[in-house]
Amino acid sequence: MELYGIFEWIYGLLADTGLPEPWLTFVVYLGLGVVIFGTLSVLALFLVWWERKIAGHIQQRFGPMRTGWHGWYQTIMDAVKLLQKEDIRVTTRDKAVFFWAPVVCFVAAYLAYVVIPFGENLWVADLNVGILYIIAVTTLTVISLLMAGWGSNNKYALLGGMRSAAQVVSYEVPMAVSILTIIVFSGSLSMVDIANSQQGNVIFNWFIFKPPFGIIAFLTYITAATAEANRTPFDIPEAEQELVAGYNVEYSGMKFAMFFLAEFVNLFTVSAIATTLFLGAWHGPLLPSWIWFLLKTFGMVLLLMLFRWTFPRLRVDQLMEFAWKFLVPLTFANLILAGWMKYAGWHW
Amino acid sequence: MDASVGPVFWILAAVTILSGIAVVSLKNIFHCALFLILCLFSVAGIYILLHAEFLAAAQVLIYVGAVAILMIFAIMLTSGLASRTIKQVNKHALTALFACVLFVFVVIGLIFKSNVWNWARVPLPEDNVMTIGKLLMTKYMLPFEVVSVLLLAALIGAITLAREEEA
Repeated sequence: MELYGIFEWIYGLLADTGLPEPWLTFVVYLGLGVVIFGTLSVLALFLVWWERKIAGHIQQRFGPMRTGWHGWYQTIMDAVKLLQKEDIRVTTRDKAVFFWAPVVCFVAAYLAYVVIPFGENLWVADLNVGILYIIAVTTLTVISLLMAGWGSNNKYALLGGMRSAAQVVSYEVPMAVSILTIIVFSGSLSMVDIANSQQGNVIFNWFIFKPPFGIIAFLTYITAATAEANRTPFDIPEAEQELVAGYNVEYSGMKFAMFFLAEFVNLFTVSAIATTLFLGAWHGPLLPSWIWFLLKTFGMVLLLMLFRWTFPRLRVDQLMEFAWKFLVPLTFANLILAGWMKYAGWHW
Repeated sequence: MDASVGPVFWILAAVTILSGIAVVSLKNIFHCALFLILCLFSVAGIYILLHAEFLAAAQVLIYVGAVAILMIFAIMLTSGLASRTIKQVNKHALTALFACVLFVFVVIGLIFKSNVWNWARVPLPEDNVMTIGKLLMTKYMLPFEVVSVLLLAALIGAITLAREEEA
């Protein structure tokens, strides 16, 4: 089954109705946006449930059990509950900033999906700056966290926002440089080209299996991505014991739900990027391409969830030291050596 | 430019100008920084309309992702700026406005009088990101390296200054 065929079919169907061209493209892309938005929202609900189950089992509990089989619709009920809750607004807030922060956060989380290829011929747009576009739009998340921290007019929220800005700006450097190492191998910024250059030869063409540069880049990317997604051991921005809940402490109801869902969409995004860059994207035998992509991505999500529930949190100064004194030199050395090897024409 | 680009360009242009005005006229400096981000974003949109995708991505990455965030960070750390509403103008505001309007009219007049336009004579290369990369590494190697060294010097200078204050 190929989903791209369905897309072509719908496009043809719309073209038959005689819609003029700019509007036709607009309607088709609007539809695509709605489909991706819906899929990811459902996915985020599933991820919340999955994370709670994993957390439970790691801590020798069951996690949610009462709503359906092993609590499978727990998060759906939670979402319904959050929708009905009162939207509590602090009187000292900065009205406009407080209102727009969750919106910016929510939109920023979905922007990366313009270029992520879910399978063979299954992407919204193949931009020639693909991965650079993703690095650029993910910075919007930081702005939303700063807006939330500032708009709430609460010292814990402000501290959370500042911490997250410092952290994300620091970890963006090793993340971008480890991605650059992959671009040295692939010779293109386009996500589709990167995916295609890992084709064939079972799994040995995947960029993670280009020793030693691929594996180093993969490990540094995963570390930096955990920090970018604000997850333990790098969840300083919302360290519960120190900051109550960080930047979203004053948010309730639907606005809180938007932050919460965006966080899980971000988790899926970094996993999907790792899959595309390091794990051979959609390439795999027998099964359809999009199933392979989802399998690998869920594997990555599982890895990040295990990190969260088995590692302790770092202290702020340790976190900064780790980024600037260890990760940055390591990724730069990796990039230079990989570029030199490529220039010398060595093959793996 | 094809027909569908027109309205998109006008929307982007309007957002750029309106948010630019907001940056220099609002009283809350944090709001100004946020409108600056919006302004930079819509300029990136105009770059995309001009098929300069690399420039657009670099614009968002550097100006929004680094410069604007640093500005917000500085605003948050400066308690004097944080809560007070600040006057953006002093008593010379009217004179400055007059000078600016005059300058705009002079520039617009020059643009409309000029009839020599340097259009690009070669068609757009197929993969313009690759072309930019190759040009930066060959023809524009020296300026590229000079800028890198300059940035490095600024970085080291900033660290030295911060250290001296600490001691």
